Amino acid sequence: MRRVLTALVLGCTASMCTVHAEQAATRPAATSLTRPKSATLPVDARGFIRRWLVLEPVPVPGMLTESAVEEAVQSAMIPGSMDSLPRDSEVVTLRNSSVTWHALDTVNYNLNLYHFAWPLSKPTSNVLFWVTTTVDSPREMHGVRLAIGSNAASRWWLNGERVIALNDDRQTVVDDGVSRRTTLRKGPNVIRAAIVNGGGATDFCARFLDENDQPITGLSISLPR
Amino acid sequence: MRALLLCVAATFALRAHALDGEIAIHDPSTVIASGGRYYTYGTGNGLPVLVSDDGWTWRRAGSLMSALPGAKPGPDVLARGGNNTWAPDVIRVGEKFYVYYSAPATQPRAAIGLLVGRTLDPASPEYKWEDGGPVVWSDGIEDSNAIDPGVLLDPTDGRLWLTYGSYFGYIRLVELDPKTGKRRDGRRAPVNIAVNAEASVLIYHDGWYYLLVTHGSCCVGASSTYNIRVGRARRVTGPYLDNMGIDMLEGGGKLFAGSRGRQIGPGHFGLLDLGEGVQKFSIHYEADLDRGGISVLDIRPLLWQDGWPIAGTHLEAGTYTLESARTGTVLELAVQGTPVGGLRPRRSVGVNGPPPEPRPGPPIADQEATDVAANWPAITDIRLAPAMLQAQQKWTIAPVSGAGGYPGAPYFRITIAGTERSLGATADGELIASAFTGAPEQLWRIDQLTDGSYRISPKAIPGTNESLALSAVGSSMPTLTRFDPSSDRQRWFIRAP
Repeated sequence: MRRVLTALVLGCTASMCTVHAEQAATRPAATSLTRPKSATLPVDARGFIRRWLVLEPVPVPGMLTESAVEEAVQSAMIPGSMDSLPRDSEVVTLRNSSVTWHALDTVNYNLNLYHFAWPLSKPTSNVLFWVTTTVDSPREMHGVRLAIGSNAASRWWLNGERVIALNDDRQTVVDDGVSRRTTLRKGPNVIRAAIVNGGGATDFCARFLDENDQPITGLSISLPR
Repeated sequence: MRALLLCVAATFALRAHALDGEIAIHDPSTVIASGGRYYTYGTGNGLPVLVSDDGWTWRRAGSLMSALPGAKPGPDVLARGGNNTWAPDVIRVGEKFYVYYSAPATQPRAAIGLLVGRTLDPASPEYKWEDGGPVVWSDGIEDSNAIDPGVLLDPTDGRLWLTYGSYFGYIRLVELDPKTGKRRDGRRAPVNIAVNAEASVLIYHDGWYYLLVTHGSCCVGASSTYNIRVGRARRVTGPYLDNMGIDMLEGGGKLFAGSRGRQIGPGHFGLLDLGEGVQKFSIHYEADLDRGGISVLDIRPLLWQDGWPIAGTHLEAGTYTLESARTGTVLELAVQGTPVGGLRPRRSVGVNGPPPEPRPGPPIADQEATDVAANWPAITDIRLAPAMLQAQQKWTIAPVSGAGGYPGAPYFRITIAGTERSLGATADGELIASAFTGAPEQLWRIDQLTDGSYRISPKAIPGTNESLALSAVGSSMPTLTRFDPSSDRQRWFIRAP
């Protein structure tokens, strides 16, 4: 009953509930998120990536089966997004709405999308969030894996190749979705993801694991200026 | 062992859960691995030898004493005991192998003789056995019957111990010299550690010494009441108490293995430690009803629970879920699942008044692959997901005839029930499901670990000799990685769906 408990309007079903963050009046900024203050940010001691560009949420049906998530992602695909990187404050039109990219640092291992949307008076239920970041690797690394957790379903691309697909309503669990073994290029590596939420809390986390399934540190994050 | 049983070689067809090949034996020694093969020696003329290249398929390989002058016990052994050769045990100490064997006369007059060799491989130019003389004996009057040796090399201090005895009085313990295999101090009296049992052997585990013995009667086929009992002690010299605190010197002994199903009368425990949390034990059954009631060798998983050894059983062919010990999620084809019973509307929580009272309906039938697999691709990825009793989560595990095996079990195929989509390893160490071809990457070794979970490994991975095991690298992602006995990643529960 998690969703019902988070609902501000009693009596809605989870799939029908359209409780949005904008229903509250005063919206203090979330303390878990800050604006980047440096050009680069290293991954943390456990390898978690804490700097992201996050696009304001796009309404989607919010169904979380495999086919529904595929449809949601396709319907919210940003033209040309796999070939270019967005910039902070860049505005795009998606599904007849203007939405803005935000550069964010998270103080936690995860990035709380509810914290992101709520102060902006944006919906958090039945939405899709696009996120992206650039991971700089000091050398080419083979046999690594992208390891993510997401609430809820998600699709992930690394350097343009789709590597992870999670479906269904789910909590963010560290190293829930893990890619097959892949290669981190020396220099920039671009991660893109779409997180689809049905209702309630929504967040994600991501890091890389080495060939022994241990977190990779020593990577740094930079965003397009 | 109270009577001599003539061992007869026999060949049997592969079965779902028992060893394969020529496995007729009585009173087998501890199964020992050497030079890539497995060996055991049993009661019979000259101590018959069974050997296996993989621990699953066995063959007769003559007798051990054929390598001795006269093919019989040495004169000092014959003087203390008699010209019979029963119930041996074998151990490797450094570069030597010691075989201890029973040489009874008219019981309880008997002796335990020693043979010393440097290889177990009869094809080796170094293969020979030297008579080490009698190690212990019983004079026919004392409360002892010096047969059924069992030997332990204490992993904590390197000391070597021999237990022996059979029904006429006590199970006794003496210390041996690891350099020679003989008594360390013949003047020191043996220590009595149990009574009225036989086939004793000590093992060490996690701060305890365990004494395993066989109770009941042997050698009368399906009427045999053989069963294996265990007690434990903090010191090798005892006292060995069972789970009720009863001393094995007063008849105590927790049941470790009794008759089960069509295998009657287990006896003569031997530990086969394969490392990395995999332990197995060798035994014989007095009567295997599936093999005409003869006595046969078996190798089964050894588990540990609350400080006591538990006799594991063979994995039965059947349909299961494969649940990750790391996450509780189960292995499935990466296809869109269909709820069992079909899609149903979300239950109202009362938008317009109270929700309707739920009414029980008829049972919902299990989901079969034929119900939902029409659009599944022929080759699919593998992933982990919450158990939902859906068809893409139900795996049929079945032995593969003629594919060989490993200690105690054959290789298995793991296939989505009702389909030909079989789990396989890819050249890059990942997993797919595709039509079964019998290729090594589709054959699976399934070892039960000492905690009851399983390690699941492909027989081979294309393009590499590396040995990898099924691993939950993420909550939703399985892969193949090196086995780490300290991690739950590669531990799996095989459960009825």
